[in-house]
Amino acid sequence: MMRFMRILIIEDDREASDYLVKAFREQGHVADHADDGLSGYAAAREGDYDVLIVDRMLPKMDGLSLISSLREQKVETPVLILSALGQVDDRVKGLRAGGDDYLPKPYAFSELLARTEALARRRVGPRGEETHYRVGDLELDRLSHEVRVGGQEIMLQPREFRLLEYLMKNAGQVVTRTMLLENVWDYHFDPQTNVIDVHISRLRSKIDKGRETPLLHTIRGAGYMIRDSAR
Amino acid sequence: MTALGKLFRTTAFKLSVAFLVLFSVGAGLVLASVGARVKEVLDEQIEQTVDAEIRALSEQYTQGGIRQLTDAVERRVRAPGGSLYLLTTQSGDVIVGNIDPPRFVPIEKDELVETIYQRRGEPEIAPHPALLRLFLIPGGFRLLIGHDIEDHRVLRDILRNALGVSLFWLVLVGVFGGLFVSYRMIERVDIMSASARRIMAGDMNERLAVSGSGDELDRLAENFNAMLARIAELMAGLREVSDNIAHDLKTPLTRMRNRAESALRSGDQPEKQKDALVAIIDEADDLIAVFNALLMIARAEAGYSTDNLALCDAAAVVSDMAEMYEPVAEEQGITLALESESGLMVTGNRELLGQAVVNLIDNALKYGRSEKDPRIVVSALRAGEWIEIAVADHGLGVSAADRQRLTGRFVRLENSRSQPGSGLGLSMAAAIARLHQGTLRIEDNSPGLRVTLSLPATRKNSQSIKPNEE
Repeated sequence: MMRFMRILIIEDDREASDYLVKAFREQGHVADHADDGLSGYAAAREGDYDVLIVDRMLPKMDGLSLISSLREQKVETPVLILSALGQVDDRVKGLRAGGDDYLPKPYAFSELLARTEALARRRVGPRGEETHYRVGDLELDRLSHEVRVGGQEIMLQPREFRLLEYLMKNAGQVVTRTMLLENVWDYHFDPQTNVIDVHISRLRSKIDKGRETPLLHTIRGAGYMIRDSAR
Repeated sequence: MTALGKLFRTTAFKLSVAFLVLFSVGAGLVLASVGARVKEVLDEQIEQTVDAEIRALSEQYTQGGIRQLTDAVERRVRAPGGSLYLLTTQSGDVIVGNIDPPRFVPIEKDELVETIYQRRGEPEIAPHPALLRLFLIPGGFRLLIGHDIEDHRVLRDILRNALGVSLFWLVLVGVFGGLFVSYRMIERVDIMSASARRIMAGDMNERLAVSGSGDELDRLAENFNAMLARIAELMAGLREVSDNIAHDLKTPLTRMRNRAESALRSGDQPEKQKDALVAIIDEADDLIAVFNALLMIARAEAGYSTDNLALCDAAAVVSDMAEMYEPVAEEQGITLALESESGLMVTGNRELLGQAVVNLIDNALKYGRSEKDPRIVVSALRAGEWIEIAVADHGLGVSAADRQRLTGRFVRLENSRSQPGSGLGLSMAAAIARLHQGTLRIEDNSPGLRVTLSLPATRKNSQSIKPNEE
């Protein structure tokens, strides 16, 4: 597991922010909160946070202006935008303003947690630049596109390779179905059926075949995680 | 504004006045130029006659001197007609002639001059205008020869009269015609305004009157009527949605509430409570999905801002979605076949197109199952100016009557009620099609159903040859 995160929640709905602060603290993270855009902007500039969670509609200064002002001031803390507007174009606007991720309301806390952790990780280390991932006896080489289980090369479809690559990049962390859809398929809508589950089970049959303790775990109510549980 | 004032202000009336002025000026110019030309011709004739007389008389003089000339003039004076003669001595005494010496006598030789004359011995007749010419005879005699041009004046008067009368009628007909046309115009516009007021008051069945003449007002009315039909359709859609929302959203809400209540009752059984909470969250997630779908449809129906449409490859979207669903189909024992051309460029939103294609595939998987031919064909092909994305199954199909209803919101056919689903998939696909200026066709695939999303092809880059990415 990663170390704790320092999170700033900028949200004007008191009940929602109290719930988030409490939930993040239960997960062992440090969470502060600001009620409006201006105090949130000040806190984000002063404090050393790993992730900012910003509501789009805020009193005094709206979420998107807050983010672009921060970016102008060279504050590069990753930002996750929360918004009641979940349409494709709203998402694009949010990301264009300098946001790093966008989560429409209402959301599951597990989804928010997984995404916040992914953003914080991005800040901690440039892990994305690694060319070789290893989890247990599973190895993936990003350059040669080779995947080995116990030294034995296995064949994966291109999409299965990208799926495994994303899971291994976030090894030890929960990734949700929508995170997979966004990062592996590059689509942001909600597929109605269990599409991702079927792809995961295909992948699982290739990498976890005959293994006593599997590497690819299903996290109930949240998503998936790849982890070497034998250690 | 008074009724008359309204009439004068109409475009039709102003136009008639403008044309009236133009026509009057035109008529004046035409008549004036005709008059000038006629005068020219007549003057020319007189000049020729006078020339001929002078030639004949000067011959008489050469043959028989002043006596023979005097006789010749005398003969001519007695003959009836408009020719005028006056022979005088150098001192001005009249020898012979049919006019009194005019007050103004042409001095120069060989030049016709217009003047006023009085007939000799007929003082009761008013002086007439004439054209006269002076001819000098050796020995100091002066001969004036000319012609009466009273006829010219009469002709000019006739022309002037004609102009006056025609102008009078022109103005009369123009003004009343203009007023009549304006009145007709106002009448029709008033009828349309009245219709518009009734529509604003809430009568959506009212339509603007079309006279059937096919003129510009008719065309305008027809377009307005088409617009009204579309508005009525949207309003009907809205009403239908609110009716259906009552049913399709209240049902899961009721289920949720029941679960929460039963969880409260089973207070001492934590396992049961947990199960109930999980079920409630699932139910809430389904509701959120329905809400998102409804919002998306509403957004697409209201017209999406075109900034969010960009050039994208429909073939790539279709092959992405087919690839995404291929394992799902395989798990159900269905073959998902892809038939696609490469590089089918459309102006659109990749996410929305993906969503539409997913909805079609999802429907085919759920409702298009067939034991005999478990095959779903997803295709993306060019058809002239259109890109056609089709999903075809070989299942039981849908009756023609039901096919009509399928794109309505929350429409679920009887035999599909047992399947999970919101009844929004096809109406969302139809909304996305409309957003892209395309259509959604639902056809018989005999056997089975074929749903085709037809999008206008974008010419730019459409010729690019790109290997199909599989």
